[in-house]
Parts: sequence; structure tokens; C-alpha cells
Amino acid sequence: MSESDNYVLLMVGISKAFPGVQALDHVDFTLKKGEIHCLIGENGAGKSTLIKVLTGVDHPDSGTIILDGNEVQVKSPQHAQTLGISTVYQEINLCMNLSVAEDILLGREPRNKAGGIDLAKMNTEAADVLDRLLGIDIDVTKPLNSFTVAIQQMVAIARALYVSSAKILILDEPTSSLDANETQQLFKVMSKLKEDGVGIIFITHFIGQVYEISDRITVLRNGKLVGTFETASLSRLELITKMIGRSLDELEKMVKVKLDSSINAESEAILQAKGLGRAGAIAPFDLELHTGEVVGLAGLLGSGRTEIAALLFGSDKPDSGTITVNGKPVQDHSPLGSIKRGIALCPEDRKAAGIVDDLTVRENIMLAIQANRGWFNFLSTQEQYDLADRYIELLNIATPSPDQPVKNLSGGNQQKVILARWLAANPQVLILDEPTRGIDVGTKAEIQKLVLSLAEEGKACVFISSELEEVIRVCNRIAVLRERQKVAEFSGEIDEKTIMHAIAESES
Amino acid sequence: MRMTKSSFTLRKVTESRLFFPLLAFALIMLADFLLIPGFFTFQTRDGNLYGSLIDIFRNGSIVALLAIGMTLVIATGGVDLSVGATMAIVASVAALLMNPYVLGKELSPQTLSLILDPHFTWQPLWVVLLVTLLVAIVCGLWNGLLVAYARIQPMVATLILMIAGRGIAQLITNGVRIQIFYEPYSIIGQGWFILPFSLYLVIIVYVLTWLFTRKTAVGMFIESVGINARSSFFSGISERRIKLLAYTFCGFCAGIAGLVASSNIRTSDANNIGWGLELDAILAVVIGGTSMTGGRFSILASIIGAIVMQAVTTSMYAIGVPAFALGAIKGVVVILVILLYSEQVKRFFQNIAAERKETQP
Repeated sequence: MSESDNYVLLMVGISKAFPGVQALDHVDFTLKKGEIHCLIGENGAGKSTLIKVLTGVDHPDSGTIILDGNEVQVKSPQHAQTLGISTVYQEINLCMNLSVAEDILLGREPRNKAGGIDLAKMNTEAADVLDRLLGIDIDVTKPLNSFTVAIQQMVAIARALYVSSAKILILDEPTSSLDANETQQLFKVMSKLKEDGVGIIFITHFIGQVYEISDRITVLRNGKLVGTFETASLSRLELITKMIGRSLDELEKMVKVKLDSSINAESEAILQAKGLGRAGAIAPFDLELHTGEVVGLAGLLGSGRTEIAALLFGSDKPDSGTITVNGKPVQDHSPLGSIKRGIALCPEDRKAAGIVDDLTVRENIMLAIQANRGWFNFLSTQEQYDLADRYIELLNIATPSPDQPVKNLSGGNQQKVILARWLAANPQVLILDEPTRGIDVGTKAEIQKLVLSLAEEGKACVFISSELEEVIRVCNRIAVLRERQKVAEFSGEIDEKTIMHAIAESES
Repeated sequence: MRMTKSSFTLRKVTESRLFFPLLAFALIMLADFLLIPGFFTFQTRDGNLYGSLIDIFRNGSIVALLAIGMTLVIATGGVDLSVGATMAIVASVAALLMNPYVLGKELSPQTLSLILDPHFTWQPLWVVLLVTLLVAIVCGLWNGLLVAYARIQPMVATLILMIAGRGIAQLITNGVRIQIFYEPYSIIGQGWFILPFSLYLVIIVYVLTWLFTRKTAVGMFIESVGINARSSFFSGISERRIKLLAYTFCGFCAGIAGLVASSNIRTSDANNIGWGLELDAILAVVIGGTSMTGGRFSILASIIGAIVMQAVTTSMYAIGVPAFALGAIKGVVVILVILLYSEQVKRFFQNIAAERKETQP
């Protein structure tokens, strides 16, 4: 067997330009049989575009794709599937209102003799697929949107595996919404597929996972190939340096600005929640936010973190308890009311509740501030551009112009645009629900730094993240949630074990 | 300033929202030029301009007025099927207020004897205009409440008034077609000040709507709600109020269109006024490039869309297509226009523009 037989995929000199951006510039990529190959880079590095070229969503301007020794032109995602290339995207592209079984078997439903869909067979088959491939046991007759994002992600993976006898499986940040257990489950599946000879392209922002599972790493930066490396021979430090093009020392400096938590203990409360709760969402809880502090919400997926954020912001109405802002009780629980009181929320689901994708970067940034000003008190064109320019610079948003539709930006930059929207509204309380999810190391550090500097300015932040390490690094005080209840609160020197213990207590 | 910095290039032109509606219009005009001798000739009578082109603008003005309102509704992700029925209601109310003979006994004999007098009106014109437009606004408000607050699907919600509206229009006039004799009212649809009066109406309504949507945040909020209602909600935009506004405004525009239509034929013909025009208005908006799923809109493009629709009708008549075949022909033309909008054709034009740019020194 010659060396080239080992490669299931060769991509040579791939280039792709979008209006105003050279997304890929002569990038090479190879994938061996039975290999887990990590594709790594900061936001906008070109990872997503490379995948889109491989899966036929976008067509390359130049370059060749050689699959199993034959040159191919991938015409469409359907075509990619018939070629044996299956993808699970970062954002779940399944039908939320269909049942899990329908989603997995969509287009390949088993038929009964009359030619109709054999529901019973479909359900057993779907349950079998989930059990066999992922080892999860859920009610496959329930609609997909009744499950957590993590489960939805798993279903997406199950579908990708089921639909084609995949030679190549692409996982585009599948773990960004999974907790540690679920991630391990996924890794087991990946290892099994690897033994079966499937080539897996794994995109992730979690450096730890890269080292845990991958064989080789390809690093992209600004649409260019930095290099392909054996995972075993590349240290973490080297990897990060290659990714961001600057040394880790700088990064370390950036995150070491954390405030001394003791100063803020006696400062006055901006926001007080007393017995606040909503049946089925979160049990009544108390929470106080003081000027100049960062309060973390820690807990597993579905533990009630997002629900607390929604109640504080007023996007969900509480059915018990009170919120007091600056001593005044809140009557109207609505986003607009909250904006007027100086409370902002960066929601968890960037695509569905954050960006308005056809509007420009400028319009997205000005949305909340304009909603506060009302219909008629319109920002002048000059003010609009000043605002956009200011935040594009402040947050380092990579966009060719403020008039670019925000959908053309990479995920991390979209996240920054939403952050800009809320910073522009100049809130006293900023609630950030998973602001760093699916974001590269460099941007992550920038966002953490930003949160700390906001606190320094005397604002209060609520910081929600699945990464405990990050919560601990950023927060002065941490509220721990478990099964839709607030179970503990820690302040001062917090160590990871204490929190883990609080999170896990009832489960042992 | 930044806006003026952009230079005029072929690429800018093909990416403009107005490019395709204008291209469609130009193609139809070209066909007319080749096929119909004298299509572009103008006559002047009493200082006023007449001609086939003027006819297109005059006859297209009703759909253009409807399309202005419809654009905002469609941009929110909805649709308003009731504008034709609203026109009929407005026509009935207007006719009744100027010629109340159906009220019969309740009127004094003196009033009844004056009814055929072209200078007689029961209520002064300003009352007629005020009341009819208020009625139209109430119709729109009704739709808006159903859609935004009762959360009924726009198509179903507006279907209610579409069907009930013509019945209401009949009830108002007691099932009778009322003729309008009052002379000044006919100016709205038939007046001519060099150009047809209804054309000025379109321009005025357009300019006011443009100012209202683009010089305030309303236009951006409408687009934002149409693109992603949930993100808009999280940003503090009241989706309900925006939708209520759009439907109410659409009713208002339908009211003006109803005035023009009834003034044109000088009667309240509840069965025929505005019949089928809701679909013409929707098509005009689609030709104007606004997506039926909501989002970015251009009112001017919709107006051009309305003119394109009328140009097709007028041209077909001029060529000699019989009236009964018109629907079928219109369908073909609409398909052709929609094909022009397809991604493939768009890319084709953008590629041409891009190549030009590259070959330039």
C-alpha cells in the first residue's frame, strides 16, 4: 500500500473569496483513513468556509479536491452525502417541530405495505440508532425542540451517521454545547468510528479536547494555512501561538486583571431579586447584584442558568417574587422596560435571539439603543456610523465595513456585534449568557477582559458559562444551580472543587 | 460623509434594489416600442399630457398606492388580503356621504331634489375624506389587532375582512350601487394637472411614507421584526406595535386607493371596486424584490413593480390581446419577471459587473 492510499481526502490549493473577504487563500488539507484531524483557528480563520467547500455548500474559486484518489467536484450538500461526506454543523440544522425519530430518518422513513410511513418501525429504528451509535436513551416520539441543545446536537450526529455510510465525518464544534459527560460519550463514538476507518474532521475551540482525541492538527489563520502538525509533537503553547499569531504571555497578561473581590462586598445593590421564580423554569431564588462585581451562574446544561437570566431581563415574566432596581420595584417585565432601567442581556442562542442576520453590522449595533430612543428619535447617519466605528474598533470586529450584513461575519464576530449592541446601550447590569461559546481563545480572553473592565467602571455583570474554569477566573461571586434551583452561593477565593461538589451533590 | 464616498459603478447598479424592477419595465417598454407603433407619442389637450405611457402611470396608481402599504406589511413577514375589500368599503362610505338617497325618508324633500346636481353633496368634501380615511384606518387596525395581538396567521386574519368587507360595503349602501354626481370628487381619480392627479397622489404618499419609514427608526424596526422577531424582541423592539402600525398603514393606503377607484368610475360598486387588486399589490411588492418572508424592503421598488404590472396590462390591450386572456398572459409575464430575480440571473449580472471592473485599467 503506497502512502497516498492512506489518504481518504486531499484538498489542494483551495481559494474562496466573498464580497470584501478572502476567506481561503490556497489552503491545503489532508485527511487519512481512521484519523481524527482537528481543524483549528480563530474566528474568521476560514475553518467554516473550508468545510463548506468540502460539503458543496460553497464552490471554491480555485483548487482541487481528491476523494479516495479521484478528483471530485462537490456540487451540493446532497452530492457530498452521496460521496460519503457527512456533516454535523455548529448550529443545528434539523426540524425542531418534528419528532426525534422523524428527524433522524427524514427522507428514509421505513414504508409499510400501503406505502405509508411505518411509524412503529421508524420509532424503534431511531431508538436503536441512538442507542447503538451514541448510547443515549430518549423518547424518540417527542419533538426535537423539547430536548436540550446537547441532545439536539446528538440527534444531529446520529442523523449524519445514519444517513450515509460515511467515509468522512465532519463535526463542526459539536462539543460547544455539551457538558463533560456528554463530551466523553461523543468521544467514545468518535473513537469507535475511527477504528472503523472513518476519517473525522473535528472543529473545536477547546484546546484540551484537541489533545484528548486528535491525531493531527491543521491550523488556519486569516484564510491561510499555518501548517499541519502531529498532535503528539506540538505543545499546547506552540499551538496557541500558531493560532493567534502572538505569544501566550500577552494572553496571560490580558486575563490577569481580575479585581480584588473584597472591595465590592459593601457597595450598594443595583438589582435585587427576592423569591423570584417561574413555575417549570426556575424555583424561587434570591440574588443581589452590586456595583462593580461579576456574578457567575454555574451549573450543568438545563440547570436553570438561562432561565434566571430571562427572568432578570424580563424576556420571561416571573410568577412569583419581586425585582428591585436601584430601590424601585419593577412593574413591567419586558426587554424594553429592562433596557430603560439599564439592564441588558446577551442571549445564549446567538442565531435565534441575537443577531438580525440581514441587517448590517451598523444596524445590529444600534438596535437596542434605538429601541430605547423610540420610533422617532432616530440616530442621525453620522451618529450611526460613529457608533458603529467606535465599537468595531473597541471590540476588534473583523468586518470589511459597517454596512456589511452581519450574516457575512464569522460566529465570533457576530457575537462581538451583539456585545456591541448592549455596550452601546450603556447598561448598569449586563447579563451575558454563554458569551464565549463557540469562540476562539483570543476572542474569549478579550471578552473576559471586557467583562472585568466593565465591572471596574462600576457596572454589575452576570456571567454564565459552561466552562467552570472561566467562571471562576472572571467572577467575584458564583451562584450554583442544580435542577432548576439555586443551591449555593460562593464568594471570595473560590476553587473549582467546591463548585463541582455543589453542582454534583444531589447526583451522587 | 461616508455615504457620499461610494462611487458610481456598474456593480453598484446591479446590486441596487431598483435594478431588476427597472430592467423588467425597460424590457416591456422595449417590446412596446418594437411592436406598437406610436406607443410613445404624447398629445397635449388644454395643456395636459395624454398618451399610452401616461395611461400606464394613471391606471397603475391604484395598485401603486396599495403596494406602498402592502410593502410594509410584507416586510414584517405578513400579508394583507383585505385591501380590495377595504377599497370597496371606502367607496361605499364615500358615495353615501355625497349621495344619500338610499337613506330615503330620513332626508328632506329639498335634499332629495338636489341629488342630481353636480354641485350638490350631502357632506362637505373634507368630511367625506376624513370619514372614509378613518374607516380605512379602522379596517387596517382590525387586521393589525388580529395579527399582532390575537396572534392569528396574517393570511387567515386578513381573509376575514377580505370576505366580510364586501358584505359590509353592500350593507352600507343597502345593496345599491350609488352613483356619485358631485363634481369636485371626480378630481381625485380623473383630475389632470399636466399629469394625472392620481399620479401626484402616489408621489405624495410615497414621499410621506419614505420620510416616515426612513427618516425615523420605523423602517429599520419593520425590517428587523420581519427578519428575526425574536432577536428584535430581545433588543427591546415591540413586534406587536410595529405590526399593528404596518397593517393600519396598509388600510390607510387602501383607503386612498378606494377613493381614487370610486372617483374614477363615479359609483360605489361594492362588487367590483378593488376586486382582485390585493393579489396585484402583492405581486407588485414581489416584483419590487421584497421577500414574502419579510425583511428588507424598498417602497420605490414596489411602486415600480406596480407600474410593471400595469405596463403589462396596457401593452397587452394595445397589442390586441382580448380581455379574457389577460390573466393568463399576466401570469406568464410574472413568471418571467420572477425568473429575472433568481440567484442564477443575479449572479450572471454580478459576474458581468465584476469582469468589467477587472478589465478596466
